[in-house]
Amino acid sequence: MTSHDDLPAAARARRLEERLIAAGLTSDDEIDEFLTRLYTHASPVNGARMAARAWTDPAYRELLLSDGDAAAGEVGFDGLTYALRVVANTETTHNVIVCTLCSCYPVSLLGPSPGWYKSFAYRSRTVREPRAVLAEFGVSLPDTVRVSVWDSTSEARYMVLPMRPAGTGALGEGELAALVTRNGLIGTALV
Amino acid sequence: MRYPVGSTVRVRAGDPDHHTRMPRYVRGHVGEVVAVLDRWPLPDDSVRGIVPPRQETCYAVRFSAADLWGRGEHTVTVDLWESYLDQP
Repeated sequence: MTSHDDLPAAARARRLEERLIAAGLTSDDEIDEFLTRLYTHASPVNGARMAARAWTDPAYRELLLSDGDAAAGEVGFDGLTYALRVVANTETTHNVIVCTLCSCYPVSLLGPSPGWYKSFAYRSRTVREPRAVLAEFGVSLPDTVRVSVWDSTSEARYMVLPMRPAGTGALGEGELAALVTRNGLIGTALV
Repeated sequence: MRYPVGSTVRVRAGDPDHHTRMPRYVRGHVGEVVAVLDRWPLPDDSVRGIVPPRQETCYAVRFSAADLWGRGEHTVTVDLWESYLDQP
């Protein structure tokens, strides 16, 4: 079996690291510290907490949809390195996120991105035939629902606010957050 | 800020020989500004080491799939820097 370290991309990344270190632009310690910080805290649990809060608190929902960075800060995720834009699913609109040019993704709130998000197939097909792509993820939407695709090309990173599932009126914020999946926050799953 | 929300804009059709964040599939197409984002450094400049890079307003521009692909009921919204856009 091929391990991750044997991939051509891993070899290229190592060479790039060596060049950057040799040029005095960074160091091994700095890279390790950055990755540790990133992967210790980056998780879809963060985005899920924000979604659950928006389901239970109308004022927070409004903030989340108008100023994602402020809404992230309010639940303790300060200092995002991107502008967060949150788009809400409704009875008539289903949102899905893609980055056709590379792999832009709100890593700190959704965790490391899945391999398929970075694949040529997902990136090229989602803007062209999103319903077919969603069907392959097991999501079939009625014809009355409009699909809205967001192609992340700039400094902004997108996250979907899924619809609150029916019959969850009695659940608290923590229980609701446990229902929210990473794919639900990308738009490739319903919650 | 040149294009308020609701403006109709056309993406420039050019094909620069340097890096750009203007996806090929929207070039030349007409869309509607649905949000005015922040002012950010233009990546075309940043990547070429132009100091300082131009700072430009970025817009979320919505296109209809039927316009982009000739079929489809969905919309695609793309973030585009001001100099990527023109009056239709």
